[in-house]
Amino acid sequence: MIDKRVGDLAAALEGVGDGATVMVGGFGSVGQPNALIEALIEQGARDLTIVANNAGAGRVGLARLMEAGRVRKIICSFPRSAGSVVFEELFKAGRLELEIVPQGTLAERIRAAGAGIPAFFTATGYGTRLGENKEVREFRGRHYILEESLPADVALVEAWRADRWGNCVYRKSGRNFNAIMATAAALTIVQTQHVAALGEIDPEAVVTPGIFVDRVVHVPYGDPQG
Amino acid sequence: MMTDHQILNRAQMAARVAQDIPGGWYCNLGIGIPTLIADHIPASREVVLHSENGILGMGPAPEPDQIDPWLINAGKQHVTLHPGGSFFHHADSFAMIRGGHIDLCVLGAFEVAENGDLANWATSAADAAPAVGGAMDLAVGAKRIWVVTEHVTKDGKSKLVERCSYPLTALGAVSRIYTNLAVVDVTPQGFVVREMVPGLTFEALQDRTAARLHLPENRNG
Repeated sequence: MIDKRVGDLAAALEGVGDGATVMVGGFGSVGQPNALIEALIEQGARDLTIVANNAGAGRVGLARLMEAGRVRKIICSFPRSAGSVVFEELFKAGRLELEIVPQGTLAERIRAAGAGIPAFFTATGYGTRLGENKEVREFRGRHYILEESLPADVALVEAWRADRWGNCVYRKSGRNFNAIMATAAALTIVQTQHVAALGEIDPEAVVTPGIFVDRVVHVPYGDPQG
Repeated sequence: MMTDHQILNRAQMAARVAQDIPGGWYCNLGIGIPTLIADHIPASREVVLHSENGILGMGPAPEPDQIDPWLINAGKQHVTLHPGGSFFHHADSFAMIRGGHIDLCVLGAFEVAENGDLANWATSAADAAPAVGGAMDLAVGAKRIWVVTEHVTKDGKSKLVERCSYPLTALGAVSRIYTNLAVVDVTPQGFVVREMVPGLTFEALQDRTAARLHLPENRNG
């Protein structure tokens, strides 16, 4: 019997190693796998590279992981937002490496990694600072730059419902980066608000088929705050 | 200083842009004045609003007692969903953008050059950690990019320039600029003034603009 459910958060994070590249789903307050981030803080892995849209807010979740000195590098599109105080402090102090990636390029690098595509050309960033030192090709009269895919060791994902095979659905704007990060990591860990019986999720409505998911942990926390 | 011409406020600028968006268009509205445009599109005109974080058919802000904590826009504000709306993930969302499926994106700007170059993400080359978000993808991907912005900065510096001095978002992206003083098209000949606020002369507008302005060739009287 396939059963990807694990009993607790410690079991969900087991084996995440020092130096790992960890993707963190979510956009704004919605779809953040906060319980998994807290569990990663407890788990102890360090020297991490984090892939996320934002660089944390306040002093909780991702910001707390960074404040604990466990993050070496962050790859994101929008590090500066309301309350990104920890990022500001660490970045100013030279204690955090930053790779800024346009949001759509970030999403496509993740999607490509999950799809086995090592690199792709995009017009995004051509002729700008973020396109410097990248290979340029012309297709049909337009310039494009080469971007490499972005695979990860671990993806932390928040779903609305998941079953023991790992099939997932998300809630409203909570799908965001979660569904693509789930495809791009060697170890995909899902925290889900609801656990569904096998067959209970309409096959037509499955967003992330279970093949992409390794572990499922039940975290019924309620609504996003903020 | 005596002002003998009208200056549009932010809501009026948004309303002016809204006039030019026809029904049936799929639009992405950036943060700031562009977000206000949605308030000025009449409900009878079906314009489908896109948000980078995976929403089509986005509706206005909810009443305070109707907030859905699972529904936010790219500016992280709570929004609503119109009947017919849909949710999708970030790769699909940017496929809509990069794949040329979005009819119009309206953005704010620090500078727009007369060749359509756009600078709207970083204020100086020394700013080592600016936040680019989806601006670069939108600027190269949408079918047309309009900018809505004050004509000059708070310090009186023209936002319409010959060449951008701030870091570029995209080359040759902008086709039209709506300011608090004028509507200006970006053409192969440079900036062409389509409309000015009542009481403003072409010469006075040129004085506030750091690039050469042109009048339309077929302009009648």
